[in-house]
Amino acid sequence: MQTSSVPLRKPFKPLSAYQHAGYQLLPFKVTGLDSANYVLVNLVGEHLVLEQGRLESLVSHRLPKTDPIYADLKARHFLFDGDSSAAVELLSAKYRTKQAYLKEFTSLHIFVVSLRCDHSCHYCQVSRVSEDRDSFDMSAETARKAISLMLQSPSHYLKVEFQGGEALLNFDLIKYIVREVEAKATGRNVEFVIATNLSFLTDDIVQFAGEHKIRFSCSLDGPSDIHNHNRPRPENDSYGRTVAGIDRIRKALGHDFVSALMTTTAQSLEQPERIIDEYVKQNFRSIFLRWISPFGFAVKSKARIGYDTDRFLSFYKRGLEHVLRLNLEGTPFREEYAGILLRKILTPYSTGYVDLQSPSGLGISVLVYNYNGDVYASDESRMLAEMGDFTFRLGNVHQHSYREIFLESPLMETVFDTVLEGMPGCSECAFSHYCGTDPVYNHATQGSVIGHRPTSSFCRRNMEIIRHLISILERDDDKSRVLRSWAS
Amino acid sequence: MRLHSTVPNLRPSRRTILRVTESFDRPQEFRHNLVLVCDSVDKRDTAGFPIILTRNAPAENCDAAKLPAELDYVKDGDILRFDPSGQISVLYRKNSSFNAMLVTERCNSKCLMCSQPPRDIDDDYLIEDWLKVIPLMSPSTRELGITGGEPTLRFADLLSLIQATKDHLPKTALHMLSNGRSFSYLKYAERIAAIQHPDFMIGIPLYADVDDLHDFVVQARGAFSQTILGILNLARVGQRIEIRFVIHRHTFERMAHFAKFIRRNLPFVHHVTFMGLEIMGYAKSNLESLWIDPSAYEDQLREAVAELVSARMNVSIYNLPLCLLPKSLWRFARKSISDWKNIYFEECDSCAVRDFCAGFFASARIRRSTHIRPLGTSEREYANALWSNS
Repeated sequence: MQTSSVPLRKPFKPLSAYQHAGYQLLPFKVTGLDSANYVLVNLVGEHLVLEQGRLESLVSHRLPKTDPIYADLKARHFLFDGDSSAAVELLSAKYRTKQAYLKEFTSLHIFVVSLRCDHSCHYCQVSRVSEDRDSFDMSAETARKAISLMLQSPSHYLKVEFQGGEALLNFDLIKYIVREVEAKATGRNVEFVIATNLSFLTDDIVQFAGEHKIRFSCSLDGPSDIHNHNRPRPENDSYGRTVAGIDRIRKALGHDFVSALMTTTAQSLEQPERIIDEYVKQNFRSIFLRWISPFGFAVKSKARIGYDTDRFLSFYKRGLEHVLRLNLEGTPFREEYAGILLRKILTPYSTGYVDLQSPSGLGISVLVYNYNGDVYASDESRMLAEMGDFTFRLGNVHQHSYREIFLESPLMETVFDTVLEGMPGCSECAFSHYCGTDPVYNHATQGSVIGHRPTSSFCRRNMEIIRHLISILERDDDKSRVLRSWAS
Repeated sequence: MRLHSTVPNLRPSRRTILRVTESFDRPQEFRHNLVLVCDSVDKRDTAGFPIILTRNAPAENCDAAKLPAELDYVKDGDILRFDPSGQISVLYRKNSSFNAMLVTERCNSKCLMCSQPPRDIDDDYLIEDWLKVIPLMSPSTRELGITGGEPTLRFADLLSLIQATKDHLPKTALHMLSNGRSFSYLKYAERIAAIQHPDFMIGIPLYADVDDLHDFVVQARGAFSQTILGILNLARVGQRIEIRFVIHRHTFERMAHFAKFIRRNLPFVHHVTFMGLEIMGYAKSNLESLWIDPSAYEDQLREAVAELVSARMNVSIYNLPLCLLPKSLWRFARKSISDWKNIYFEECDSCAVRDFCAGFFASARIRRSTHIRPLGTSEREYANALWSNS
């Protein structure tokens, strides 16, 4: 580091009087970025990119203090010289901040209020096209017990998500649950979301949602041809019904009362731009370019709708490129998955995103109460159960206590096994600070909750997306500025 | 504007602190802590006022002394100190938002650009005086500063002072400048917090994201660590914190890195300010080493501000005139210079945004940026749109 060359008056001392000899390394991990560069990530997720030569001098304690990167490495706590007390205190404060979500424990609670549905989507894992209410709807008694379990969570913040099937087919139960939770969860911050295809939206439903600040999350897979192909219903009018529902909610309650989720199928892969443009056309401010989960009907019909990771990655990168172009042309729009990762890369905070946590968010971040009272560790867990594998069923609200569900199920063992810092392949990976693990996926596709990283598409997908994002950030151009803006 | 003057023929037997009244109608029993300031006495009843100052030359055989011309601005509610030496000091101006209480001139740092160089003298009387001044201040005072030296070096008295402002001026926002080093002892932070002042901010200078550069700027080895630990301790006890970064030749290059460091390590601070140099004290003697024209650090400043804004942090720019800032930074620029030392140059007379501009320190005449210029009506429209609602 050099500063002004004009000497100071006596008795002021020069910078050199305050510099220290030598340096010591603080913990960090290294992963290759491209053929010439490496990403260094310290133990609180701060990163720097170094070419191989400099990395070698750094770790062999030969990096000169005059190298401009030296101050950056020091400021970001990859090394220290002299007194380490500030560095250690700041690192521990940052570590606590990153891990703060853990002490909140389970905040996302998913109530599967009905398995019935009017759609027969190719990728859906669980729904039944059936009129038999008694067999596939959650009862008030089951809901009451599920609520009582939920309220035993220590979390100050509760997100109650209604899912299906088509959740609106059992709207009376939703009303019951909302009122029960409002009455009993006093002093906590509660948020309600209904995941729905919006087919059965009525004025009464919209009004109730307005009165209780309930938001809607709907599926929108792209323009009508893609959407209706992915999401068949008898009249082939899913797209029209969804778009009409979005409009109706916005007019009645406000723009942000409805969000949309897309699922990428083989039909989508060649048209990311059209899908994104559809979201822009519907006035959404973001899109989540989501891969298909390898469960349920999605696995069975893989030949028809599935695709491999590389094809998804090229779809994702093309889509991201399109989103960045939109921003540069003046349309503010973000890709949510990149947003989640960038928040982890560029800010001191964690995200509430369950699939990118260490240990895995199973149970400790999310619980699913199925229509029949079964309690699952995640949405994927119940989908696996639909295929006959009950590994991640933690119990049933009618038979088990909170304590039994958490401590006498295989949950805790799974949580302990899925701390990335100790998982083979993850423990030495610099990106583990940004990544997560999906034990259900590992179990379903690789036969163990720990899994095998070299053949994991979860690993490949995340490694590649994180590399891609860091490469763009490194270019320090207009696109990288757009990415940076997504982190806050 | 001068805050000090002398009246050779006015020599009270001891230091006396009095509030200005311009009214003869004060009941006798309330006159003992008032100084009457009037045009002339005119045979009116002045019994009970310890000191009387007249704006016109006092008549002969009259107890009044002439108010020095440079203090002609004093008004009802202002507070003055009279020394046995004949010196008059204006300690408080009721209509100013720049009142500050200097509590000591001692300091444990020796910043290269300190505008008020520390003096190792016995100045314990300063806080004693302020404890007398505070009850005389108007309860409608909006803001009040505590400054030094390093105020925490007189910690027990400082606590009494903060307690007194809380007791007497519960609606007044209190702002203290401190290098934060004392708070590396958690107990100090806890004792400040225990007062539970309703509106108290501590402004702490931090000049770099790395220890050696900061230690060099404050000329104290280990200061960076102490200040960082102090900030963390203050955060621990819930104390509101402002970070102050003074821009000069030794600090400007790492300004954006500094902003990244704040965002990542101290995101809980309530305010970050980037400040232009005041060419007083050590800044004057070290000027050749410190000076950089503000136009030369525009890129770094813009990047630093953007970094913090994108983290949704509160950012301000102090002490820099609008003509030296790109328009995109205007919304962060504040009229930060204390009114009594705030000047405008000749160029400013024809400038259309002068009303919105921080202007200059009186000391800026010593070294001027080469880019000072009057701005026109299009800039005026921009400024109007920016500030018309505030």
